[in-house]
Amino acid sequence: MIELWNALPLVLQILLKIAAIVLPLLGLVAYYTYAERKVIGYIQVRIGPNRVGWRGWLQPIADAVKLMMKEIIIPTKADKTLFLMAPVIALAPALAAWAVFPFDEELVLADINAGLLYILALTSLGVYGIIIAGWSSNSKYALLGAMRSAAQIVSYEIAMGFALVGVLVAAGSLNLGDIVNAQAGHVFTWYWLPLLPLFGVYLISGVAETNRAPFDVAEGESEIVAGFHVEYSGMTFAIFFLAEYANMILVSALTALLFAGGWLSPLPQTLVDGVFLLDDGFHWLLLKTFFFMFLFLWFRATFPRYRYDQIMRLGWKVFIPITIVWILIVALAVIYKLPPWWSA
Amino acid sequence: MGFEKFLFYVFALITLWASGMVITRRNPVHSVLFLVLAFVTSAALWILLEAEFLGIVLVLVYVGAVMVLFLFVVMMLDIDLAALRAGFIRYLPLGAIVTLVMAIEIFLVVGSETFNLSAFPAPDAADSSLNNTRELGLLLYTVYLYPVEIAAVILLVAIVAAIRLTLRRRPENKYIDPARQVLVKKGIDRIRIVKMASEPFEKEDSA
Repeated sequence: MIELWNALPLVLQILLKIAAIVLPLLGLVAYYTYAERKVIGYIQVRIGPNRVGWRGWLQPIADAVKLMMKEIIIPTKADKTLFLMAPVIALAPALAAWAVFPFDEELVLADINAGLLYILALTSLGVYGIIIAGWSSNSKYALLGAMRSAAQIVSYEIAMGFALVGVLVAAGSLNLGDIVNAQAGHVFTWYWLPLLPLFGVYLISGVAETNRAPFDVAEGESEIVAGFHVEYSGMTFAIFFLAEYANMILVSALTALLFAGGWLSPLPQTLVDGVFLLDDGFHWLLLKTFFFMFLFLWFRATFPRYRYDQIMRLGWKVFIPITIVWILIVALAVIYKLPPWWSA
Repeated sequence: MGFEKFLFYVFALITLWASGMVITRRNPVHSVLFLVLAFVTSAALWILLEAEFLGIVLVLVYVGAVMVLFLFVVMMLDIDLAALRAGFIRYLPLGAIVTLVMAIEIFLVVGSETFNLSAFPAPDAADSSLNNTRELGLLLYTVYLYPVEIAAVILLVAIVAAIRLTLRRRPENKYIDPARQVLVKKGIDRIRIVKMASEPFEKEDSA
């Protein structure tokens, strides 16, 4: 098997690895939409989808088929090229960011030493899909949604970037694998504890960056119909949907990696060394990611939408000062080797 | 080496093409988007030079933040194509002179004794484990500390000036302050619930 793998040309090997990341990711996106409808359903004392397949398990597939059969309508006087490019521009960064994501100690497509920076740069590109969609639709609701979204994403990117600066000060590295290894120990040596304010800021900014409730003013159904993608139908709409959910999974997985120890086991290594399922491994990362993904749904089901000026105040006047102060504190803690995180 | 050279030419050609499109497109939104493409391909060129930090930061800062704000402004313009084309002949001579001056300047710099290519021999390819970010950070915060601090102060002054320009009192503006709104307490500032004993209802005589 290994010889066969090594005999393949490098390009083919990389393509196969990409497929091994993207295909499960798309499957996860499909079932994330199902989970969302079920979870929100139960939170609101409903059942949620239960008609297609056993307990509605085939609902995402039915949805996908429906969306593929639908007609793609292009509004009159819309900028046709940009209108069709926008969903692709929204989706591409959400998938490309996974290239540097370490799933395990060695399981990573591209182990580059500026991984965190790469992810930050790519996620900042996602906003183009939204802006271009809003502008090229030639519709005022779409344009309003794009405007709101651009201002919101640019604002929260600063708080998010500062929260990540705190992480890289703490870990002393931009490489995602090194950041996880720097948290080695047990559940209390993970960075969620010493970086607690940054953890909160990152999680909330992540919700705002992905335009999810309670920060979903870019869509704001009750105010501007569906915001930037109001003119999209069929597969073009579905790709925006895919991009949003892929981004949510990415933010959850990154939170798990940067603040919750990634693939590390919550118990001390001396206790679980070699013990089946308790030892470090990919399943821990998956479990943590699922937890943060669940939080996204929980937020959506229980919080009312923020007003626009409140969102801006939260981003600029609350989060950015918090992050700046905490970066200073973390820097001091690293210099003075505060135990147990930086004692070594 | 062959494949790297091929990649270089691909990215260089895309950069040149996109830069040409920036100045020839009539629609300013298209121009901005071509400028984004030019930035992304130049970032790719930098990554080919093993300057991955600069390449990624170019995408992060210019594409992710600056160009988004550009697009934000340009999108709201009422694009009048005829008006955009009207001044072409009038401004052509001025534009040509500026271009010529710039070309001469570039030629003087690149062609001079102190700055030409042979004055700076190409460095050997660094070890791939060399951490670009760490090296740059160490240099910036030790050797070049004062220039960095001065640049930061200049930027801060620019921020303060820009914010000051937008701060003007407008009495007709019904501005609400969310900071004060969230401080509102339930009992004191909002609705006061008064407990009141029920009063006897005197039944009027219907007859």
